[in-house]
Amino acid sequence: MEATLPRRLITTPTAGPLAALVLACVFFAVNSEQFLTGGNFSLIIQQVMVVGTLAIGQTLIILTAGIDLSNGAIMAFGGIVMTKLAVDSGLPPLLAIAAGLAVCAAFGLLNGLLVMKISLPPFIVTLGMLNVVFALTHIYSQDQTVTDLPPAMTYLGRTFNLGGTNVTYGSLLTILLFLLFAYLLGQTAWGRHVYALGNSPEVARLTGIRTNRLIVGVYTVAGLVYGIAALLLVSRTGVGDPQAGQTDNLDSITAVVLGGTSLFGGRGLVLGTLIGALIVGVFRNGLQLMGVPSIYQTLITGILVILAVTVDQLSRRRNR
Amino acid sequence: MKARLSAGLLAAALLAAGCGSDDGGGSGQQAATTAKVGLITKTETNPFFVKMKEGAQKSAQANGMELMTAAGKFDGDNASQITAIENMVAAGVKGILITPSDTKAIVPAVKKARDAGVLVIALDTPTDPQDATDALFATDNFKAGELIGQYAKAAMAGKPAKIATLDLAPGITVGQLRHDGFLKGFGVAEGDPSIVCSQDTRGDQSKGQTAMENCLQKAPDINVVYTINEPAALGAHTALKAKGREKDVLVVSVDGGCTGVKAVQSGQIAATSQQYPLKMAEDGVKAVADFAKGGKKAAGYTDTGVTLITDKAVDGVEAKDTAFGLANCWG
Repeated sequence: MEATLPRRLITTPTAGPLAALVLACVFFAVNSEQFLTGGNFSLIIQQVMVVGTLAIGQTLIILTAGIDLSNGAIMAFGGIVMTKLAVDSGLPPLLAIAAGLAVCAAFGLLNGLLVMKISLPPFIVTLGMLNVVFALTHIYSQDQTVTDLPPAMTYLGRTFNLGGTNVTYGSLLTILLFLLFAYLLGQTAWGRHVYALGNSPEVARLTGIRTNRLIVGVYTVAGLVYGIAALLLVSRTGVGDPQAGQTDNLDSITAVVLGGTSLFGGRGLVLGTLIGALIVGVFRNGLQLMGVPSIYQTLITGILVILAVTVDQLSRRRNR
Repeated sequence: MKARLSAGLLAAALLAAGCGSDDGGGSGQQAATTAKVGLITKTETNPFFVKMKEGAQKSAQANGMELMTAAGKFDGDNASQITAIENMVAAGVKGILITPSDTKAIVPAVKKARDAGVLVIALDTPTDPQDATDALFATDNFKAGELIGQYAKAAMAGKPAKIATLDLAPGITVGQLRHDGFLKGFGVAEGDPSIVCSQDTRGDQSKGQTAMENCLQKAPDINVVYTINEPAALGAHTALKAKGREKDVLVVSVDGGCTGVKAVQSGQIAATSQQYPLKMAEDGVKAVADFAKGGKKAAGYTDTGVTLITDKAVDGVEAKDTAFGLANCWG
């Protein structure tokens, strides 16, 4: 029973979100003449790529039954580090980007070590880290937006032509990242260990998985992914922004939950998270095209999240 | 159960494929629709922006235009404003009115919209640089500060001043301009020993209260309080009242919201500089309508006016009473 269960559990939760995404697309296509265009779809992907990428890291952590409240803050800090090093300190852009990625990975590592060593709840660790990193961002940047970035830093924001539609390199990178992590989680031993850990840390430990190392690894990899999100953000906005990412922690959790991943760990797909992020992006874009004020986007996103959690709970009960 | 789910999945996937396959074909204009104008505010809930929306709505109706609105999730939310600009351009707006949350960070997105032929007007807050938008309709924030500075100077009538400034936040132009204007109006320079305490409040009432409490702790003899806006002023009043100092400390502010004007009327705030968000939005929408009809682009800076509101007028500083303030307030 245990052996066949994971397979079933991880295939079904994504059906609902996909159906929701499709229905939303159909609805907006009917209601807005501008919705159903390649350019608009390219736009939606550009708009969700930052939160989507953050949500990849969030998915990894939630699969281990953890949660990360610090990811938006870590991303903002990474963005400030790379832009300030490149603009103010005159570091070569690639080196500055590498430094930003390293800083983000280091904060991920720190999160992981704290969760593992002091066995504190991830919620508390990352809540503390959120404030620490937020403050560091504002201290280091002196609350100044960094402008006049070198072209290498905004490269991912540039577009190339794909079947008549302009697509940004960043969108492409985001999709590739999702595919990479879908492979890592679905096809490698590491991925199976992550699911096992989320299902039951005790069982995972008894079956010989080095759970401590796994936890630290997951948080570190997540941190690195936040660094990539920082680069995507910088390339999209063309600036280093100390105020960035303040609600992205919750938005990334929204994407994960809407994608059908269980907040209790061990169950879900990273491609579901992509769908979850797209659902939010499609609603925001579609409602705006229809002329609906943005407060309704918040309203609808909230309702969708509650629906998604309800579905998760119901399907758990049924599977018990 | 399983079969039904996979069938649903297949159908959904087919639909999804159909969903993304159309490339550009649907963008052709249908029958003549009304011209659209977009309004992007810093937040959805601040009464200042609610009033702005009201003005935009009114003006859009009068000019036969369709109004689209959007806002950031918090003050400083640049990413949401960029997304809103993109979506409005995709929706085919003629012009966008925006109160930039981050005056520098919004510039590249504004440029893209302007490159797409959209008229972009900054309301209330200029972008940095200011000419990143086609035009600016805003309060002269320096003058707003200067007016309450002059008022405070005259009201002190030569008494030695111990000043606390409850400011906005570092790096935000509006706050800096009001602060500098106040100092100029009061006739002191930054760093003058009479300025005994300066704290950031983010324009928030509870943070204003905390800031004032701390300032009083540091310098109990404060007798003039400059505040960035009326919520901060009301917070300061609460802190002063707790110390029994509310009668002998002069609190001045900027904004002119209805709650603020009422606080001037009841004496909690001595004077405030009133600004006019409704007019900013009305004039902004009108400018977009003119552009949509005749192609005439608004340019440069339009001062939407500022009035000193107080019931205890002083010689040499022009002011209107709270009856006028209440008739023209927002919120």
